[in-house]
Amino acid sequence: MAFDAPPTFSSKDAVVCRGVGKTWAAGTRRAHNALTGIDLDVAPGEFVVFLGPSGCGKSTLLYLIAGLEDATEGQLWSFGDLVDTPSPERSLIFQETSLFPWLTVWENVSFGLSIRGAGKEERRSVAAEALQRVGLKAAMDKRPDELSGGMRQRVAVARALAMRPKVLLMDEPFAALDVQTRARMQDFLLDVWRDSGASVLFVTHHIDEAVALADRVVVFTSRPGRIKTIVPIDLPRPRNLFSREAEELRIRLTDLLRDEVDRAFAEQEALAVTA
Amino acid sequence: MAVVTRDGEAAGPAAGTSRPAAVSRFYTGMLNLEWLTKAWWTILSISLFAGIWELCWAFGWADPKLLPPPHIFLGNLAEQGKFFNTATRWQVGQAMNAGPSAFESVMITVGATTARVFVGLAMASVLAIGMGVLIRYYHFFDKLVLPTITLLSPVSPIAWLPVAIFLFGIGNAPAIFMVVVALFFHMVLATVAQIDGVSPNFINVARTMGASKRQIYGRVIVPAILPGMLQVLRLNLFGAWMVVLVAESTGVGYGMGQVIMLARNTFNPSLVFFTIAVIGVLGFAFDWLLRQAQRRILYWLPDTKEKLRGL
Ligand SMILES: Nc1ncnc2c1ncn2[C@@H]1O[C@H](COP(=O)(O)OP(=O)(O)OP(=O)(O)O)[C@@H](O)[C@H]1O
Ligand SMILES: [Mg+2]
Repeated sequence: MAFDAPPTFSSKDAVVCRGVGKTWAAGTRRAHNALTGIDLDVAPGEFVVFLGPSGCGKSTLLYLIAGLEDATEGQLWSFGDLVDTPSPERSLIFQETSLFPWLTVWENVSFGLSIRGAGKEERRSVAAEALQRVGLKAAMDKRPDELSGGMRQRVAVARALAMRPKVLLMDEPFAALDVQTRARMQDFLLDVWRDSGASVLFVTHHIDEAVALADRVVVFTSRPGRIKTIVPIDLPRPRNLFSREAEELRIRLTDLLRDEVDRAFAEQEALAVTA
Repeated sequence: MAVVTRDGEAAGPAAGTSRPAAVSRFYTGMLNLEWLTKAWWTILSISLFAGIWELCWAFGWADPKLLPPPHIFLGNLAEQGKFFNTATRWQVGQAMNAGPSAFESVMITVGATTARVFVGLAMASVLAIGMGVLIRYYHFFDKLVLPTITLLSPVSPIAWLPVAIFLFGIGNAPAIFMVVVALFFHMVLATVAQIDGVSPNFINVARTMGASKRQIYGRVIVPAILPGMLQVLRLNLFGAWMVVLVAESTGVGYGMGQVIMLARNTFNPSLVFFTIAVIGVLGFAFDWLLRQAQRRILYWLPDTKEKLRGL
């Protein structure tokens, strides 16, 4: 090649991964291959759930798609553009709480708008609407440290929604919630997803949650993370989660996941013996 | 039915307003009480220290000529005050008893020293925080200046004293220069350490929202390091008080350092302890002020101290 033209990808899919891998601390003694050989296409408006044993690289993949970290193998595209920096079109909800303690709840939610230079009126009204959707409008003027863990996570969801992203990346957003709140948040997320037409990539450890939400479930192998299988969930929406089909899917996913978790633990024990 | 409900609602807010008022009055009372206990403990702590000293004197273990106890060195303010604000007194044509009174002299001297501490601390903070942020903001700046700053930061302020005099002669300038130079290098390193300690998650959130580098620094890094920086400032306030005395001992017209020097040269232990007492009270007062400011500005910090006390 005469010059390094930026690689392009013709597909207008929301997310395209080709041979994507990530080695943390590459080139050092502490190098750790977290993820390798990921090929994945996510259509616009699709709901994809990532399922896999702890430490298999699900968060890492979301970081790569968000553009927060550079892939050490392969390349990613979003709507035909190479992913090399973060973009407000791809919002990430982090696994750990990440609200700014020096801002009130509504200022946190409208942080992205203030970056764009929006006025206070607009910011407050957008924040109010987003908080309304997560049932926290009353907590608008509170500070994050006055909220419970689950409430903080809902504020983080509202903050991501306020950006009106085309791709919503969610890293175990409902892990800290009780069963009832979680169910409500799932319904609410499905509403938002339908209204916005955004693609959602959602990490969870709960098989029920995967079956309730996903168009497709991506099951990962343990270290380094690879795609083991992709299970389509062809249940009509709104879903009856007590149907026989739903039950069969849950059993299938449980089996797939159990094999991987067993393998991960066996590997760890083998490592402990040799060490 | 509707009327009854409306009445019920009307009664609700009325009851609601009177109760928070009572609660808040109760809290102010509590706070005052807390303040009082705190003051009591402070007085107790100081009395204990002074009491032991007085006892040593009473038993004849502490020679009053070398270690005069508090009642002696605090006893004669007028006598001690004579040695403060020597600036006008030694001038040609001034009578020994002309010029400001003892109390005024102490106040003028204290004011002059305090002003040097504050100007020095403010200049050092602004320069150091600016430099620290620049070091992290521009990579080339980091490589260019950080080695030199690290090299200079262990140099004792005493070593800068001749430099201060070469550069600025005598007067306010060398004293302020001393304070600045003694604090600046540590504060730069502290600022850099604070920036490096900011949670990467905060930065990632701002990046996904499309924040530019400048916005990340202005809206995330600066507020995130503020608690740590105020702590650094508080510790350096004490540092500034220590350095200013050394700087003033060289000759600045008038100042606490000069008084200590005079006391040393004329063998006057009472004057030394009197000056130490004044410095202690000032340092305590300014630390208290800064702590109040810290509480106001950093309303979001958790109260770990209370938790530790409950253990
Ligand atoms: N910043 C980092 N630096 C070095 N190694 C990292 C970093 N982040 C993650 N890793 C490593 O990469 C691997 C995958 O981590 P990742 O957080 O992606 O797992 P995960 O699938 O999200 O796990 P969980 O379900 O427990 O959240 C882990 O072994 C972890 O130790
Ligand atoms: Mg994770």
